[in-house]
Formats: sequence, structure tokens, C-alpha cells
Amino acid sequence: MIRTEALSVRLLSFSLRNVNLAIGKNEFFVLMGPTGAGKTVILEAIAGLIQVDRGQIFIGGKEVTGLPSEKRGVGIVYQDHALFPHLDVMQNIGYGLRYHAIEKDEGQARLNRLTGLLGIRHLMNRLPIHLSGGERQRVALARALIVQPHVLLLDEPLSAIDPGFREEIRTAIKTLHQNTNTTFLMVTHDFGEALSLADRGAILQQGEIAQTGAIQDLFHRPASMAVAEFVGMKNIFEATFENGIAHVQNLRIQLNAPVDPGHRYLAIRPEDLTVSRNSSASDRINCFNAVVAAVVGQGFAYEIHLECGEITLKTMATKRALVDLELREGAHLFLYFDPTAVHTF
Amino acid sequence: MRRKELFFWLTLTCGIAIVAYILLPLVELMTSSSISALWESIQDKEVVRSIRLSVFSAGAAALISFLFGTPLAYLLARQDFMGKRLLEAIIDLPIVIPHPVVGIAILGIAGKNHWIGRLLFDLGIRIMGSVTGIIVALTFVGIPFYIHSAKAGFMSVSPRLEKVSRSLGASMVSTFLRVTFPLAWRSMLIGIIMCSARAISEFGAVVVIAYHPMTAPVLIYERFEAYGLKYSQPVAVWLVIVSLFLFLFLRILTTREVREK
Repeated sequence: MIRTEALSVRLLSFSLRNVNLAIGKNEFFVLMGPTGAGKTVILEAIAGLIQVDRGQIFIGGKEVTGLPSEKRGVGIVYQDHALFPHLDVMQNIGYGLRYHAIEKDEGQARLNRLTGLLGIRHLMNRLPIHLSGGERQRVALARALIVQPHVLLLDEPLSAIDPGFREEIRTAIKTLHQNTNTTFLMVTHDFGEALSLADRGAILQQGEIAQTGAIQDLFHRPASMAVAEFVGMKNIFEATFENGIAHVQNLRIQLNAPVDPGHRYLAIRPEDLTVSRNSSASDRINCFNAVVAAVVGQGFAYEIHLECGEITLKTMATKRALVDLELREGAHLFLYFDPTAVHTF
Repeated sequence: MRRKELFFWLTLTCGIAIVAYILLPLVELMTSSSISALWESIQDKEVVRSIRLSVFSAGAAALISFLFGTPLAYLLARQDFMGKRLLEAIIDLPIVIPHPVVGIAILGIAGKNHWIGRLLFDLGIRIMGSVTGIIVALTFVGIPFYIHSAKAGFMSVSPRLEKVSRSLGASMVSTFLRVTFPLAWRSMLIGIIMCSARAISEFGAVVVIAYHPMTAPVLIYERFEAYGLKYSQPVAVWLVIVSLFLFLFLRILTTREVREK
């Protein structure tokens, strides 16, 4: 549905280089990356809102690189909603209808369907200034989707919404994606959003695509150190590999599959480690003695640093687990993980 | 209540001094003429003609500023480009150049020694001593005020609104008419009023380019020179009334904008 080939954009203090993306029809695709990596620039290039220096953009098999924004069939939803402040909700949602040769009845039907799906029927005559953040974002979604674009671009649609309402809007976005034939392309900072909404995604770093793939793979199979660090792979170690065994310092770690000869690192997500007090755990593969080096509070969860031989591994624990396992500095326990949880690159 | 500090009394004193400085001469002027003198002067065809000419030519200057200044103001509000600062400085030049110099500068290119002057002459357009010349001078001094205000109005409209409008299928023109203009029209109108207020008060440039036909400021000056203070005051009062009317209109518009926000 969307394809970019060697897309390059040069701005005053930033440049996007050689971006190749291929997003399928009706797919939900996310772009992730640190602030300033160029995520919004990609969206605006696809929408035709900024000038492209090199490369091509295709939407639905048709090249649109030189087309003005209004001829591309691309909807856009910004984090600040960008509702027209002088128009009420109904006028905002219906804004684009007249440009798409939509019959009045058909327009009304679409309006009813979308406002019903989004639960905003009772707001029709209000001005945007009198709406909550969540309501505004729903209106923005309805306004973009009523003209049935090929592609909907979402620029961090949840980040400006109060935490309590984020869940709701996330569900609304998911429902809309399932109920329309539109391809969704979303920029986000939030891993939870990415995992719960997207099928596939790409990670952008300093204006270049660092990795593209299924959303689970991005988090579990990062291809480089930079991506591994970005996606929160906290346990990354230099390793040597032989016959299905990895050596990290003096630890021998069993692997699930043979390793590519070029690989030099081993990584395990913190959520994939299990800690236990029970000595029967030592029968398992990849079980090690460990000493708690630190317990770091992170709001509702805790990060546990475990000294295991000469390396320190990090895992997560709930408050309950902290109490039950008596996890405090200096505590001795067992730590294990499944060979399938070990990723190498 | 806490005792006010010295600084408070200092600001208060300065404030009162400035207000008195502005208001005293004006109040003196407005009360200087008797009702009968005012009535008599408004019956004077020359006075009415000069005020009408002033209002007409200031209005024309504002209209020209609106037509030519709006696209430029929009460009300045939306685009960053090489030489933008220089362009903005050039637009501000009419504010800092002494007024008679403006008149002389315009005559310099409108005269027969310059090809533009000869071209205008061939086209039958006269600058020296004509209403056209007056409008040229008033536009010159007034246009920066319109561009400033319109640009500020456009800058207050988020470019994202325009981007969303484009993505929904609206062309650039349609976007301007349905989104940008409805959100910026008040600033544009204030710009028009500022521009015409500045234009209506112009004397220095006008007197160089066109002593006749007489605009109100030139007439006031002439009456003062020829007959003295008493004779010029009623005309001045009428001009102030017209200017105040414009100013009041501006204040009402801006306060409403603040309340809506």
C-alpha cells in the first residue's frame, strides 16, 4: 500500500537518508525511534506536506512523489488534534466530504457510523475548545477517516492524552483499524502501544531505518547494539559461541539454535529472566547462582540487578514478588532462562 | 495592607505625567473651538472636501496594502528563506524614513528624469499634484503596518490546521478561505485600520508630492500659516474626530478578540 524507495529529505538541521519502507494493505505499521530520529518527517513526506529531495513514494501502487497533499488520499491525525477551532464537531468531521464527491446520504451514513463507533454522537454541536483531550482525538480520527483515505497517518496520537483516557483511545484506534480498509501508519514512543496495536514496525535512528520487521521481532530480535538498547534489551553482553554454547565471561549459556558465525553479542530481555529461591530450579538448563546487587524502584515495578559470576543481569519484579522472594541487596538465589529467550547478533 | 515601595510611586508619577502630556494638548484642542465655529467649518466646502479626500485616499492606501500585502504577509508568516530578515527590514523602512524624504524620493522616480516617470507620463498617470500621487505616498507610509498585523494573524494560525485541511482534500486556495482566513481575519482588519490611521495622518510626504488637491493635514497647515491658530483649530478637531473614530473601532475589535481567547 505504501512504498518508499531511497527516500531522502534534507531540512535545515536534519536529514532523512535513504528510507525504504514497504507497508501492506490494511496493515498497522509503527515507526519508533528516539526523539529527533525523523519519524514525523517520514509521515509528512508521505502526506506530501514537505518537499522530498530524492527517492520515490508510492501509495496503492501509484507514484505520488510529486503530487500535492490533497491528491494523495492520505489522512493525518496529530498529537495536538489540530481541530479547526472555529468549526463545531459536526463541521470538523464533515470538512473533507465536499472534496470527495460523496453523496449527501452517503456522507451522513459515514458520519453516523464513525461517530457511533467512537461514541461522540452527543458532541456534534460543540466547539473543540469545550472538548476533553480524548474527545478531541476521537473527533480528529473521525474527521480523517470519513473521507476513507488509503492511508491514515497517526503522529503520536496518544501522547497528549491524560493517562486515564489513553487506554480508551487505544481501543478506539484498534476498533477503527479493524472496521476500515485503511492502512494505519503510526509514530509512537510508547512500546506498549506499539506491541498492542501494530503488526509490523520500523525503528528509526538518526534519519535512517535501523531495522524493519514484525513487531515482536523488533523487541526480541534486534539486529544491532543501538536497536537492542533502544527497545529495552537490558542484558547485552559480548560473547563467544561454539557448538550451541555461548561463553560470556565464565558463564556457559545453552542456545536454542546454531549461531551465525558473524555474531558477537548475546542479549536477553529482562522480562525473560526468572528468579527463584527453590534449589530444585538448579536442575533447569541455564540456571545460575546469583546475588541481588540492587533493587531499583521504577514506579509500580522494580528493576532487580543480579550479580551472576562476573556479569550483572537485570530483571523486573512486581512489588508482591519482592516481598515473596525476599529480594533485597545481598540475597542469594537462583536465576534461569529458557534457551529460546537468548538472542544473538 | 503593605506599604507601597518607592518604585511604585515612581511608576505612578511617570504614568500620570505621560497621560497628562498626551491628553492636555488634545483636550485643549478639542475644547478650543466653539460649537458654532465647528458648525461653520463643517459647512465650509474646502474643509469637507479635504477630509473626504483624506479618508478616501487613506482607504485606498489600505485597500492596496490589503491586496498586495496579504500574500507577502502570508509568505513571511509561513516560510523561512535566505534573506527573510533583510526583506522584513526593507518592509520596515517606510516607518523610519523621515516623511518629507519619502515624498522627495517618490518624486525622484516619478519625474521626467526617470524612465518610470516617463512611462507613467506616456500612460497619462500623473503623480505630482494628483490624488494618485497622494495615494502612492499614503500607501508607502501605511503598508508596513498592515503587513505586520496580517503576518502576526497568520502566525497565530497553526500550520498543522492547514496541513490537515490539505490532507482532507482541500486545495491551497480552499484551505486559505475555509481555515486561515476565518482564523486570521480580525488581525487583517486591525492591520487595515492601523494602515489607514497612519495614512490619514500623513503630512510630510503629501505636502511634497501634492500640496493641491489638499488633504486635511495640508489644509490645517495652510490655515495655520495663512490665518493663524484659531482658524486651523476647527479643522483639526474634525480630523481628530475622524481619527478617533477609527481608533475606537480598533480598540473594540481587539478587546473582543482577547475576551474570546
